[in-house]
Amino acid sequence: MSAPAGSPHPAAGARMPPKLGGAASGLAPPQQNGPAPSQMQVPSGYGLPHQNYMAPSGHYSQGPGKMTSLPLDNQCDNYYSRPYTVPTQNVGTPSSANQPGAQQMYGRGPPAPHMGGSTPGSFQGAPASASHSYTSASQPYSSFGNRYSSPATYPASSCASQGYPSTCSHYPASTVSSVVYPNVSYPSLPASEPYGQMFTSQSASSARPAKDSYSGPSTAVTYPSRPPPPPSQHHQQQQQSHSGYSSVPWSAPGLPSTQDNLIRNQMGSLTPANNHPSNNENVQPPKSSSVVSTVLPGPSSSRMPPAPSHPVGPLPSALPPPEQMQTKGVDSSSTTSSASPLPNSYDALEGGSYPDMHSSSASSPAPDRALEPNPTLAQALSAAPTPTASHPTKVAKPFGYGYPTLQPAYQNAAPPPSSGGHPGGPGYSGYPQHYPGVNQLSSSLGGLSLQSSPQPESLRPVNLTQEKNILPPTPIWAPVPNLSTELSKLNCSPDSFRCTLTNIPQTQALLNKAKLPLGLLLHPFRDLTQLPVITSNTIVRCRACRTYINPFVSFIDQRRWKCNLCHRVNDVPEEFLYNPLTRSYGEPHKRPEVQNSTVEFIASSDYMLRPPQPAVYLFVLDVSHNAVEAGYLSVLCQSLLENLDKLPGDSRTRIGFMTFDSTIHFYNLQEGLSQPQMLIVSDIDDVFLPTPDSLLVNLHESKELIKDLLNALPNMFINTRETHSALGPALQAAFKLMSPTGGRVSVFQTQLPSLGAGLLQSREDPNQRSSTKVVHHLGPATDFYKKLALDCSGQQTAVDLFLLSSQYSDLASLACMSKYSAGCIFYYPSFHSAHNPSQAEKLQKDLKRYLTRKIGFEAVMRIRCTKGLSMHTFHGNFFVRSTDLLSLANINPDAGFAVQLSIEESLTDTSLVCFQTALLYTSSKGERRIRVHTLCLPVVSSLADVYAGVDVQAAICLLANMAVDRSVSSSLSDARDALVNAVVDPLSAYSSAVSSVPRSVLTAPSSLKLLPLYVLALLKQKAFRTGTSTRLDDRVFAMCQMKSQPLVHLMKTIHPNLYRIDRLTDEGAIHVNDRVVPQPSLQKLSAEKLTREGAFLMDCGSVFYIWIGKGCDNNFIENVLGYPDFAAIPQKMTHLPELDTLSSERTRSFITWLRDSRPLSPVLHMVKDESPAKTEFFQHLIEDRTEAAFSYYEFLIHIQQQIFK
Amino acid sequence: MEAVVFLFSLLDCCALIFLSVYFIITLSDLECDYINARSCCSKLNKWVIPELTGHTIVTVLMLASLHWFIFLLNLPVATWNIYRFIMVPSGNMGVFDPTEIHNRGQLKSHMKEAMIKLGFYLLCFFMYLYSFHYLSYSGFSSRPDGGFTELKQAMTLKWLQGGGGLGLKCSILSKRS
Repeated sequence: MSAPAGSPHPAAGARMPPKLGGAASGLAPPQQNGPAPSQMQVPSGYGLPHQNYMAPSGHYSQGPGKMTSLPLDNQCDNYYSRPYTVPTQNVGTPSSANQPGAQQMYGRGPPAPHMGGSTPGSFQGAPASASHSYTSASQPYSSFGNRYSSPATYPASSCASQGYPSTCSHYPASTVSSVVYPNVSYPSLPASEPYGQMFTSQSASSARPAKDSYSGPSTAVTYPSRPPPPPSQHHQQQQQSHSGYSSVPWSAPGLPSTQDNLIRNQMGSLTPANNHPSNNENVQPPKSSSVVSTVLPGPSSSRMPPAPSHPVGPLPSALPPPEQMQTKGVDSSSTTSSASPLPNSYDALEGGSYPDMHSSSASSPAPDRALEPNPTLAQALSAAPTPTASHPTKVAKPFGYGYPTLQPAYQNAAPPPSSGGHPGGPGYSGYPQHYPGVNQLSSSLGGLSLQSSPQPESLRPVNLTQEKNILPPTPIWAPVPNLSTELSKLNCSPDSFRCTLTNIPQTQALLNKAKLPLGLLLHPFRDLTQLPVITSNTIVRCRACRTYINPFVSFIDQRRWKCNLCHRVNDVPEEFLYNPLTRSYGEPHKRPEVQNSTVEFIASSDYMLRPPQPAVYLFVLDVSHNAVEAGYLSVLCQSLLENLDKLPGDSRTRIGFMTFDSTIHFYNLQEGLSQPQMLIVSDIDDVFLPTPDSLLVNLHESKELIKDLLNALPNMFINTRETHSALGPALQAAFKLMSPTGGRVSVFQTQLPSLGAGLLQSREDPNQRSSTKVVHHLGPATDFYKKLALDCSGQQTAVDLFLLSSQYSDLASLACMSKYSAGCIFYYPSFHSAHNPSQAEKLQKDLKRYLTRKIGFEAVMRIRCTKGLSMHTFHGNFFVRSTDLLSLANINPDAGFAVQLSIEESLTDTSLVCFQTALLYTSSKGERRIRVHTLCLPVVSSLADVYAGVDVQAAICLLANMAVDRSVSSSLSDARDALVNAVVDPLSAYSSAVSSVPRSVLTAPSSLKLLPLYVLALLKQKAFRTGTSTRLDDRVFAMCQMKSQPLVHLMKTIHPNLYRIDRLTDEGAIHVNDRVVPQPSLQKLSAEKLTREGAFLMDCGSVFYIWIGKGCDNNFIENVLGYPDFAAIPQKMTHLPELDTLSSERTRSFITWLRDSRPLSPVLHMVKDESPAKTEFFQHLIEDRTEAAFSYYEFLIHIQQQIFK
Repeated sequence: MEAVVFLFSLLDCCALIFLSVYFIITLSDLECDYINARSCCSKLNKWVIPELTGHTIVTVLMLASLHWFIFLLNLPVATWNIYRFIMVPSGNMGVFDPTEIHNRGQLKSHMKEAMIKLGFYLLCFFMYLYSFHYLSYSGFSSRPDGGFTELKQAMTLKWLQGGGGLGLKCSILSKRS
């Protein structure tokens, strides 16, 4: 992505986003204002929301037509390339080691200044006097380089806002990554030609001084400033400090603004800290700051001390820079600073205020991934202190697999006047002339065969049977789509949005030839550390297909934009331009919507069918004898008591409790009662609500009663003799209770429902558990739970199931209640609070996360894709209400989805395809919000390119989902065969069509080399294995997890990571939040790697195992485990003691770091070499042979036979 | 007597044709997002059994009246109807399941099936009509008119309406898609 400091960015043709990669920066809400308010007269009607664009996303009947192309002359690209100054220094992080590396990788602004413009010539006459360039020094370098930094570990971030008195507003914040932006100077444009820019030579920047570089080096990219004094812009940034969740917005006061307010909230930044002294007044928390903006005084000041900020914006000299910054508390409802006279038109934003926002979950690595072409390179860099060292490499290899010819093709596109700004660079047929490079591009791609040109790394043939170490020593990142650098930077983070093929085949025939699954993997609601939040009266959408405006649309001129999904040409609403009369604002391409592929809109009432619902939580608890015996009630009540105040919600939050055995018990918690009142309904055939109004009560008003109840509950049923469970009727009652509002129902169940509607019989035959033949009863036994779930879904109620049972409970049937109501499923086999402490601990940790994580209510998600592609199958927990609309009663940050795609029409007339998911939900604070992710991928026409772009992890996750469907609808053995075929087919197609290696040798392109390993791992999963004793509920639960987990978590379950931890060193370590985290290399999952002298950690996602060899060094046992020798280690050990030794510290910091990267805190199991728990550990060594399954090598031989038979 | 059998079959076949058209309309409504999957499936599932019975009765009637050719023609479709009904998984809400109808191209296959059945019923309709016509002339040749001409005309008219409706629907379909 970005070149090292001071290096010019090679990509000239495309637009340069103001910020590189997504960075953690605040955004500047462009507001109208200006020093001279009088100038800024708002045209009448201006302030009015344009309602016509805001129609709720409903169905649209209108067929998108292609629009005719417009004259080129008018075309402006919204994407301007701008001169970027490269910041060189400025990353002062406490933990320096990784920072430099990070800086190199990401900090770089593409240096080449360009002036892109439709009419370069027009510039010539621009008043030179007005032009100025200035640099802003912002560089938050986030800890990017290492994808390891979890946001959680970073302390507070500071935010600064700036008022830029400039015409152009820049939105520095990037959603995706915490990447920092180098200094960027933006010249302002002449009013007459707001869009005109010229490209300067690309190479110019190379000469750029590394450190104090002033922004436009010799490139002299001076942009004429606009004649009229530009209105100042008001930047506001809110960031949430990680620790306190408080956001501290800075605003520049004194700017009168009115029209359009854009606000971005940024939530905690990843950057460890920019400790650079900043010359501005921003108050920075000690370590913070990924986003700090600096205010630049004026053009004359060429350079700012590298303040950790990203100021991005042209500052006209005419206006004095705003100097005052104010901090605001989190609670401040308005983001505008109090000092500013602006009318406050924003709603309260809650952007950063979710308690769990800071948890970066696995996502933290993501940001850089998107940008980072080569993971290994990144790692290397992270260790290297000097940023420049890597520079050459980067330049040489802009993409993950650099197609040598590709880049030039894009570059070629740039120079022609008209093409300069086209972001998408998509060669739409209507504009052939714009992209001279397009044809070249496709031809170059097409010609990219193995023989012709240097072969991309991902196509390097790998002889699978010969290659011993197929697993790379470092974690595997998502491949980067082969796009121009600018588009790559804008693209959605692979953590949110991934496609199994990063090169989309042009036709279905080509896809069929490749035999690879095509689909999307989504994690739309994951915890983001930063997210631009936009409040504006008009949410700009395509009129035909209702696509939200996104970075990949093209602006034909400043009044029209062309939808990248249906190619319709739409008008840009007035509001999107700011002040078109004075032209001081007309830069729609700089809106945050167009600068970020992940944004969140605050939706207006047009997006509501009813007033936003309050957060409503109902707990339905099994209190039969079985449940009381298991003792989960005390764990649950304790967790609830601890987290009662952290439940997401506002003052309207309501909560209720029900318990059931053979009867149903309601609890009246109405404020004013002296103690909770229990109401028993024994008529389970016709359930009614005894006092409908007082069962769901306001959490804050009745808090004392609720606490009383929670304290009393664990002991209330202690002597119960009731063994029956009337789950069905209890659920019906819960549905009645919830239907007026909607919300979340949490069901705790410990046995097979045995009374009333929905009763189930045991269907498992224990003798068949290890059968290699057919596995029955993977599907539900009754449609009761499905119907109930659909009813709930219709009333915006989600049912979450906690199944804590020791015997068969028919999860296959019970799971339906969550599957179709968009709930989630937790399963604790053989749960007992005393006898099985590790399960109890797991429940406790899961509950903590469950209760406090962010939640969205009454949500719907719509996925759109470029015309020609269509979605045909969805995976996940939801109800598909219409062809592309998923109804999600609740959405939680741990939910993942998958979609299968097919290519219905040939994509020959486009070079890029886009996918957009829009998730409309009601936040727990009662705001209607829309989170939009947009992913852009190139289209290729040759088979080799399709193979080169395979994202093997995404493909495996999609295959897992498809296999689950197949198991249920057909049979398990069918699914297993299909999985094997999923390896055989592409490899055989590859060897016959692409590979030049002689047949009979099992080869795979490098991008696919892990496919056989992963498929073997899938075949050995609980969900799909045969021959090994597997309880039906375990199997079904594993299947449910595959359908509903996001990719990052699922991959760890499928293929755990194994590390050797008895010899941790600081070599290659990364620094996170002042801690040194060692980075041991990945070991392959085979017993051959386990030496008796070692200790190994296996990270299975939801559980950690530490295996200790018999001959393990006593030093390790003593210093890390705290026991004198191997024999003294207890069998059940779930915590590492905190010892004051170096090795203990290293081990703990490593484990903590792994833990912080995921939402559900895993439980640690110590496995001694001889302990019975060993089998649990060894079943994950998937490369080894078991009685019932192949070893990896045998599997390869099997595949080979299949291919060459 | 024969004529009565065919008259009944004719009426039954009309009903089946209308039912098929109704299926197609409802499915296309779902395709175009005019109704949601839940209501679509509950509407359709209501009519699965009537369709199945209606068709089975005709088939049995043909067997009983020893019209072997027509019986054999109807047999595969009747078998398919029954098979489809029996093979619904226990957890599904009927032949049309709202949670699955949008997956794996089910909607398309349902639509295709409804189309094929419509064609088949139309074919049957003409066959019954012809047989009925033939029988009414031969069996009631003593009465030149037989009293059935009006009925036939009415039938034809009715069919035209049905067919006209279908044509209209089809054009709507193509427009929508």
